[in-house]
Amino acid sequence: MNDITPTSAERAAKLEGMGCKRKRVEDIRFVQGKGNYVDDVKLPGMLYGDLVRSPHGHARVKKIDTTKAAALPGVVAVITAETLKTVNLAWMPTLAGDTQMVLADGKVLFQNQEVAFVVAESREAAADAVELIEVDYEPLPVNVDPLKAMTDGAPMIREDLKDKTSGAHGKRKHYNHIFSWQAGDKAAADAAFAKADVTIKEMIIYPRVHPCPLETCQCVASFDKIKGELTLWGTFQAPHVIRTVGSLISKIPEHKIHVIAPDIGGGFGNKVGAYPGYICAIVASIVTGRPVKWTEDRIENLSTTAFARDFYMDVEIAATKDGRVTGLRCYTIADHGAFDACANATKWPAGLFSIISGSYDFPTAYCLVDGVYTNKAPGGVAFFTEIVGAGPSRACDILGIAMFDSAEIRIHPTGSGICRLGTKSQGQGHETTYAQIIATELGLPADSITVEEGNTDTAPYGLGTYGSRSTPVSGAATAMACRKIKAKAQMIAAYMLEVHDDDLEWDVDRFRVKGNPERFKTMTELAWAAYHEVPPGMEPGLEAINYYDPPNFTYPFGAYICVVDVDVDTGQTKVRRFYALDDCGTRINPMIIEGQIHGGLTEAFGIAMGQEIHYDAEGNVTTASFMDYFLPTAVETPHWETDWTTTPSPHHPIGAKGVGESPNVGGVPCFSNAINDAFAFLGSTHIQMPHDHWRTWMAAEKLGLHA
Amino acid sequence: MAKSQIELKVNGKVVEALVEPRTLLIHFLREELNLTGSHIGCETSHCGACTVDLDDKSVKSCTMFAVQANGADIRTIEGIANADGTLHAIQEGFREMHGLQCGFCTPGMITRAYRLLQENKNPSEEEIRFGISGNLCRCTGYQNIVKAIQFAAAKLNGSPFQEAAE
Repeated sequence: MNDITPTSAERAAKLEGMGCKRKRVEDIRFVQGKGNYVDDVKLPGMLYGDLVRSPHGHARVKKIDTTKAAALPGVVAVITAETLKTVNLAWMPTLAGDTQMVLADGKVLFQNQEVAFVVAESREAAADAVELIEVDYEPLPVNVDPLKAMTDGAPMIREDLKDKTSGAHGKRKHYNHIFSWQAGDKAAADAAFAKADVTIKEMIIYPRVHPCPLETCQCVASFDKIKGELTLWGTFQAPHVIRTVGSLISKIPEHKIHVIAPDIGGGFGNKVGAYPGYICAIVASIVTGRPVKWTEDRIENLSTTAFARDFYMDVEIAATKDGRVTGLRCYTIADHGAFDACANATKWPAGLFSIISGSYDFPTAYCLVDGVYTNKAPGGVAFFTEIVGAGPSRACDILGIAMFDSAEIRIHPTGSGICRLGTKSQGQGHETTYAQIIATELGLPADSITVEEGNTDTAPYGLGTYGSRSTPVSGAATAMACRKIKAKAQMIAAYMLEVHDDDLEWDVDRFRVKGNPERFKTMTELAWAAYHEVPPGMEPGLEAINYYDPPNFTYPFGAYICVVDVDVDTGQTKVRRFYALDDCGTRINPMIIEGQIHGGLTEAFGIAMGQEIHYDAEGNVTTASFMDYFLPTAVETPHWETDWTTTPSPHHPIGAKGVGESPNVGGVPCFSNAINDAFAFLGSTHIQMPHDHWRTWMAAEKLGLHA
Repeated sequence: MAKSQIELKVNGKVVEALVEPRTLLIHFLREELNLTGSHIGCETSHCGACTVDLDDKSVKSCTMFAVQANGADIRTIEGIANADGTLHAIQEGFREMHGLQCGFCTPGMITRAYRLLQENKNPSEEEIRFGISGNLCRCTGYQNIVKAIQFAAAKLNGSPFQEAAE
């Protein structure tokens, strides 16, 4: 060593590894308008699809007349359930083990349900044709109230399940009942209530909300008749799952389906599931032999794709006289709409149960959830949240596919490399952060690593990105794959330095001989050697793959504090301060973590203070545009104060935990509790969300504050 | 449908085209000119993902017909970078301050900020927040977008950028 040799710390800093506020790789293209989103995909001969949707919340479809539409110049095909039946695709499986109509089959069950699909030479011609399709509906009684779903005489939503006394998740209690899930210890909880000094009970409504990514759901399907192969570009948070499900339902062999998720304009759980538009576009491409693009408009997105929540929670708390909680019971009715496509928090006890019982020291708790059918749109996976790193295959699956994830790393001879993963960034900055993990693990600069996701032909199989699972699962897979590579590199180094493997030690970006640090081989040198002078008997090359099935969820935690001013005369509220402390374990990129917290808090602010996907009694969805559905602008959004502690996950290879959804989980009750607390001194026990100005004014009115 | 002849300037280049009278400006830009940087988020003028600069005003191109842009001078995100190809101070600010995540609102947001800083060279945080309130972002919570614009304002004014304390 001499004076000009950089120190370990200097070399480590240059790598821009874990802990560095590395600027994002993605931004270079995004700030110049050079991202590549699904709607930017343009193929020769491409057609455009558009959907006819139901104006009714519940109606029998007596006749669909497509004659006029089909005759319109530019229209290439019109697809209805009858067309889909010829290829056995009128119904499709959902993520939750139910089946869902692709296009209305005899009945429509919610407003804006897909009824017919038009394919035309232009967007405009497709839209014109939609107007020309005549559908004869016979309206049926509507139910959009989940609390009435299981009453006698409630409108039967699913006639196809009429005689089924059990569903995908066990016994059904009523023709509108989907499932019952329970978690916790009922006997212990009941005993705690029996001997409690004090018990309280409250109905807490968590309204149906929509994650509303700025880019809607869309796809381009291109079927090559000669090869019998389908290429599908789409806004997919889980491209491999789409490929597998697509193969199972279309019978196209999985190796002949190529799913590509390019840049995605936000997901938040809205883009996990498979929607009828995708199936229609695929069928249309098979039928016409041409590529077909389908893009949702905003109303379609808000009124038909994956929502979140819609929980009616009857909650009881047992406590001692001096205020120590001794037990919790929660009975929840979850409104899953017309089809159970909702792989959300009610499904896993780890979800809802942990959320309701995890924040306070309840000695015992019990939770029972009934899912019901109503005349509302079906779900998908929205704000999957709550699952915090959806991971362990023993606890989570999608259609039986265990929730592991994967990473494959190839180091090239010159010491740069590529990492491919089964996850899919929708704004999380994966191209930046995974490279930082590799930089630290392998001692190669983050800038020398390409991160690639979203192409099922090249990426190893994975379950996608949602539930804050990318870092807990694929981040771990990345570290484990790095360690395989490093182990091989160590053997090569030992061979080159003519020492035993054990005589080497790792130093930032190199293996050096213990006690003799001038003798070393850098990772870049070892990469070259891996292709040129491997030890006798060793396979050349320097790459590894890892499929990681985590031993547990990761448990990020934190504390949020909100100070809010309420004007009781106008109902207006203003957040004076909001402080968020989060612990997501080892921090890979503090800049990105802070950004995710800001975004999640803003979503939480929207949910708590104004969002609701609302239906009127006739089943009309009244909040399906940005005119009616509250998305906070820069003016309403509070200033966020963020902070952190670092408690590494005990089981994660680099100690990292999920983070994206922490602020969504913690923020919503924090805002709501701030509003509730403002009125508590008047004896108010609970005010339902959302706390928009009108509802807040009403709360003040009820408490006699306007007298 | 009969088409109309239009002539306009886009990112400094003269463009002549035949368009259907009902063709929206955003569709014309994205599909005829292949300028796919401007995005479609709502088609109702609420989200601002389609914002372009038209005759020195920020315009939501999803609710304007291409024929209405006849004779106009338009700048889209593709025309924001400096003439030598380096990033404009606003683009740099968005990257430096982490003012974007999924990138979908970013072109509209940057194009809007570009006009905002022409109108007000040294805006306060409140003025920035009001000035971008026609542009929705679902990822960032706006705080870093505000910082990005402050960064750009400082750079364009030749003054040092001081990040506000938390």
